[in-house]
Amino acid sequence: MSRFRKKRGKSAPTIQTASLPDIIFMLLFFFMVVTVLRDAEIIVQVTTPEATELTSLERKSLVHYIYIGRPVERYQHIYGTSPRIQMGDAIRGLDDIALFIGEHRLRVPENQVPAITTSLRVDRDVTMGIVGDVKTELRKAEQYKVNYSTRPRIE
Amino acid sequence: MARKSARDRMSNEINAGAMADIAFLLLIFFLVTTTIMEDKGILVRLPPWSDEEPEIVDLNQRNVFSILVNAQNQLLVRGEPARVGDLKERAMEFIMNPNDDPTLSESPQRAVISLKNDRGTSYRTYIEVYNEIMAAYNSLRDDASRARFGTAYDNLELEQRRVIREEIPMIISEAEPTDFGEEG
Repeated sequence: MSRFRKKRGKSAPTIQTASLPDIIFMLLFFFMVVTVLRDAEIIVQVTTPEATELTSLERKSLVHYIYIGRPVERYQHIYGTSPRIQMGDAIRGLDDIALFIGEHRLRVPENQVPAITTSLRVDRDVTMGIVGDVKTELRKAEQYKVNYSTRPRIE
Repeated sequence: MARKSARDRMSNEINAGAMADIAFLLLIFFLVTTTIMEDKGILVRLPPWSDEEPEIVDLNQRNVFSILVNAQNQLLVRGEPARVGDLKERAMEFIMNPNDDPTLSESPQRAVISLKNDRGTSYRTYIEVYNEIMAAYNSLRDDASRARFGTAYDNLELEQRRVIREEIPMIISEAEPTDFGEEG
């Protein structure tokens, strides 16, 4: 009995926090790895359709995005309400697609250029006309690897 | 003596108590800026562009599985109205032709899926149709892989995948869209 009391008196009970930084760092690295810093302000509203046969895109440095959708309400007084194409953080025309891809190719080592993928993030309610035009432009720019961005369908 | 040396060691340690705070700060920053992007989708390969009119390849009608989608998102499969839900089954039957039906494809290598849509077709429908075709091919390749290698297609080595891909190539031909019903 006396032994217990003695011990308690000697050292205040503290929780070991030495390994806390390690745990936090682990979480930190996890989030650093999965993070994609928002590269573009969203001007067009995009809700991607759902599908089941999905492939994940791996190398993020080899992917660029083309958004197609109707401008969000804040930009409707500038860009109207019909579907528009957004590349980077601006609304661009069909003629700019080749340029946009060219810019990306310059940033990538030459041997990896064929692996560059265009990810089309298209709103599900957009009609195929504008999507077809974009596809034609991509073909003309010799950019053949295309990903139709979709969400997994939960069944 | 022993107590003294222990104290010496203690005083030489860097105080790492604040480390957790710094790490927390960074962690919160990344938590806030993170958008775990669903970087997933249907990966396709577009055909090269040529300004000339494409050569008209005369395919045997039995080897062509034509899918037309109009501006009202209605499907016409091999000349008959169809539903998206039936597409996968029909495409699989067409490609493999298990009963040697003379109206279905001669062999998987010759089977061509021909897809044509209108400029007014909604993207959602287009993706649904594309997804069904991909599902049909993925499922057939999976079956072939199980029969040949005893494991799912996703687990195969690159070389083995090539064998399966040659056995069941995915030939999807997309025609220029018609222009009847595009909205402004």
